Amino acid sequence: MTGKEYRTITDVKGPLVFLNKTEPVAFGEIVTLRLSNGEIKNGQVLDTSDDLVIVQVFEGTAKIDREAGVTFMGDVFKLPVSTDLVGRILDGAGRPRDGGPEIVAEEKADIIGAAINPYSRQSPHDFIQTGISAIDCCTTLVRGQKLPIFSASGLPHNDIALQIARQAKLKDSDEEFIVVFCAMGITAEEYNFFRSDLERTGALENAVLFVNLADDPAVERIITPRLALTAAEYLAFEKDYHVLVIYTDMTNYCDALRQIGAAREEVPGRRGYPGYMYTDLAMLYERAGIVKGKKGSITQFPILTMPGDDITHPIPDLSGYITEGQIVISRELHQQGIYPPINVLPSLSRLMGSCIGEKTTRDDHKKVSDQMYAAYAQGRELRGLVAIVGEDALNERDKQLLDFSGVFEDKFLRQSRDEDRTIDETLNLCWELMSSIDTKYLVRLDEELISKYHPENRK
Amino acid sequence: MEMMFQPKQEEEKMSNEGVIYRISGPVVTATGMNAAMYDVVRVGHEGLMGEVIELHGDKAVIQVYEDTSGIRPGEPVLNTEETLSVALGPGLLTQIYDGIQRPLATLEEVMGVFITRGVDADAFDMKKVWTFEPKVAKGDTVVSGQVIGHVQETETIVHKIMVPPGKGGVVKSVESGDFNVTQTVCVLEDGTELQMMQKWPVRTPRPYTQKYAPDTPLVTGMRILDFLFPLAKGGAAGIPGPFGSGKTVTQQSLAKYSDAQLVVYIGCGERGNEMTEVLDEFPHLIDPNTGKPLMNRTVMIANTSNMPVAAREASVYTGITIAEYFRDMGYDVALMADSTSRWAEAMREISSRLEEMPGEEGYPAYLSSRIAEFYERAGRVETLNGDDGSVTVIGAVSPPGGDISEPVSQGTLRIVKVFWGLDAGLARQRHFPAINWLNSYSLYPQSLDQWFRDNIAQDFPEIRTQISGLLQVEAELQEIVQLVGSDALPVDQQLTLEVARMIREFFLQQNGFDPVDAYCDIKLQYEMAKAILSFQDAAKSAMADGAMLNDVVNVPARSNLMRGRFEQGYLERIEAMVKEMTEQIANAVEAN
Repeated sequence: MTGKEYRTITDVKGPLVFLNKTEPVAFGEIVTLRLSNGEIKNGQVLDTSDDLVIVQVFEGTAKIDREAGVTFMGDVFKLPVSTDLVGRILDGAGRPRDGGPEIVAEEKADIIGAAINPYSRQSPHDFIQTGISAIDCCTTLVRGQKLPIFSASGLPHNDIALQIARQAKLKDSDEEFIVVFCAMGITAEEYNFFRSDLERTGALENAVLFVNLADDPAVERIITPRLALTAAEYLAFEKDYHVLVIYTDMTNYCDALRQIGAAREEVPGRRGYPGYMYTDLAMLYERAGIVKGKKGSITQFPILTMPGDDITHPIPDLSGYITEGQIVISRELHQQGIYPPINVLPSLSRLMGSCIGEKTTRDDHKKVSDQMYAAYAQGRELRGLVAIVGEDALNERDKQLLDFSGVFEDKFLRQSRDEDRTIDETLNLCWELMSSIDTKYLVRLDEELISKYHPENRK
Repeated sequence: MEMMFQPKQEEEKMSNEGVIYRISGPVVTATGMNAAMYDVVRVGHEGLMGEVIELHGDKAVIQVYEDTSGIRPGEPVLNTEETLSVALGPGLLTQIYDGIQRPLATLEEVMGVFITRGVDADAFDMKKVWTFEPKVAKGDTVVSGQVIGHVQETETIVHKIMVPPGKGGVVKSVESGDFNVTQTVCVLEDGTELQMMQKWPVRTPRPYTQKYAPDTPLVTGMRILDFLFPLAKGGAAGIPGPFGSGKTVTQQSLAKYSDAQLVVYIGCGERGNEMTEVLDEFPHLIDPNTGKPLMNRTVMIANTSNMPVAAREASVYTGITIAEYFRDMGYDVALMADSTSRWAEAMREISSRLEEMPGEEGYPAYLSSRIAEFYERAGRVETLNGDDGSVTVIGAVSPPGGDISEPVSQGTLRIVKVFWGLDAGLARQRHFPAINWLNSYSLYPQSLDQWFRDNIAQDFPEIRTQISGLLQVEAELQEIVQLVGSDALPVDQQLTLEVARMIREFFLQQNGFDPVDAYCDIKLQYEMAKAILSFQDAAKSAMADGAMLNDVVNVPARSNLMRGRFEQGYLERIEAMVKEMTEQIANAVEAN
């Protein structure tokens, strides 16, 4: 149902258009604007009353004047969904970008998405092997988890995300993921990198891409991840697929949110970001998971670049409170030429405990992971001490730990971009590297495991 | 559509029905309606639940507990003329509610796995029949809060049916037998009919006769909490900490093991999967104090971060009202709110939609008074019926960037008497619970020490002082060690470092996932603390006689002692183990 066209715009400010004398307009309703030059823009109602309606325009307000015609479409924003989405590239507002036909809708889904009833969720417990040792051993990924990559500009987070997308699989299973990729304000170059990599590996056929680039309208970024997640939910919960959603870059998304907040003259929270940013981010991140009675799942990999490498910046900070852990990329390791430069110390997977162990990975996984972590943490700390007192002042134990921290980075962290290590290989590698430390200092490993796995005992 | 758009008619007779004038996210303005503050209203054709939070002349500003997309100006608003209330009665226990007391299980039945809107659900089964056992007889005079009968609600909990506050009189008749919660079980001479269910507005504290000073600890089974920073039954504690420092794990441990008789757990604006974990786990857990399933004593409220923000704001009030209701029966209730920062953010979000003048960091100016009012509903009280009950409140705080100078942490610290400061650094070292022993505090020891002396040991407070003193000394010594290395210290100070390390690794660290270590009896806590001091004394005297520090530290009996805490029956064996250790240390002199 399409209503009549209004020419009652009073104000235009930033991405917002204000108009009056309308019929009752629904909150969240979709709006079409026809400019005097014939151009069509789309928007959504942010505030509605008898006297005034505020519309947020996705494509930016350039060339909008008071003569522009505004039509209210009578419905909230919906994405046409069907399995035809798989293999397609769409723009940030859900229109084909690959020159292909319009998506023929099996149904139309509200993009805001409803909250999953916590009572209806199922705890994630399936181990996903990414083939990257640092992740598999120390911050294990679970199917249905939301695990962001906290990175910063100039770091290879995209390579890591792609490597995960290529290699992620359940242990001993060929079951593949459908990748839903959502680009928000990234450069054309970055996008081409993603697309060509997906093309090269044939993954594009099993992917849906939603693309909003740096020169696309900023406000559109508010809906792009919602479209991507709506598609993901459809594929996971209606069509039984296991979906891996990668979205990059959350920082651009949050900046767009701030832009709208500023235009509405809202009271800002920290660093000018709106006070409701936590809720807003939660409405994206919480759309990951597994629900009772459905076969599919949604696993999320949001990527965000921390402004100024600052993990206490509101964007990583609020994300960290919602997501189930984080993978932190380190500039220091990157500069040492180590790929993937994952700093395992501040990284964390909150769901790790539920998916590792004898039945899923291996009986020694938990203890090996704890020991690797502890030894590396102590070794790193000793580097600071060595800088002051010199290496000679260290006792035997400290020397071994110090050396281990170097080996950890060089042998354990470092792997090539197409190296796909199985969890067994990763854990065996851990044992091999830890054997450089005297067994009596490996206090987190018990006798039983040492006699079973220590290289000395296996020869 | 033209029909629905009516100009405002100021002279129109006010009724309990109005129309929507404006919608901005969760905030809706209605006109033409007779409304009072905090009236519950039904918004739009779908009848979404909302609450009046501001009045401007003819306009009533409403916060709506459900998503408002698609609602239009001109749709009707109906005032129920009731304030936001919870239903209280048998059936509450083991329930899992959203922020406005709708059972999540019922919502799943009605709407499927996604929470849509416009659905009402009774707080508990109104048809379920309970056996009512009267405790008053015809002709008795009953007063507000008096228990008129018992219902065995779960294996462990007797639900006491009370005269609602404000009512009372002479009993005309009282029934006995099987009834559902809406059937009348007792009639008073003045015609008042009493049912097993009563309602209470969530924003009003339930009345009591007087507040007492707390004098009994809430035993949690966590050594660092019970021993160093004890919380009293009826007290209030704040747990601030950055993400990943273990707030939720600590809160869950408290819900599992604290010796409260009832637990109300509020998951306020937190992760969905985390709540699912609790929901999966709790039914299988056994209460160490009663040996019965934990769910039997638990009411849960789960309003996750992506559920409507106004319902999140209400969730803490819903929770504390339920807690007060059980307190009025004479129970010790513990309430965990995880996290109060999300509650504060919900207030901020709504306040910003109301275009209120903000205080610090965009939070409303009334933030600290709301926080204070909430924690003030904790307390140990003489109930209206003369019983003794308590509500203990433990609120998690999630300060942005872990910086507790922010308004929610500060507002909390001003009111609570116990501060358990979580520390990301400790969490990174895998020291759990990651509670910082240097900046945490409890102001209760003075009032609780008598209890510890009478029930655990006469010298309990002195042992505690010694232990925390050692940790302080260690902190000072560590600064020197950072500069010169530990070998440069004199041996007696090296011993102090060893003792402090023992306190940290053996005593403060506790494995919440270990079946034995997760819960530590308070008597055992005392024995473990004494064991550490015994080690110190034995080592000191042995070293004075010429023993080497290394030999003293490495006696096998000491590591046996330390490992023993993961084994059943430790309390019975610890004395012998300490004895063995001190003997071996004494022998270390001869070996030298």
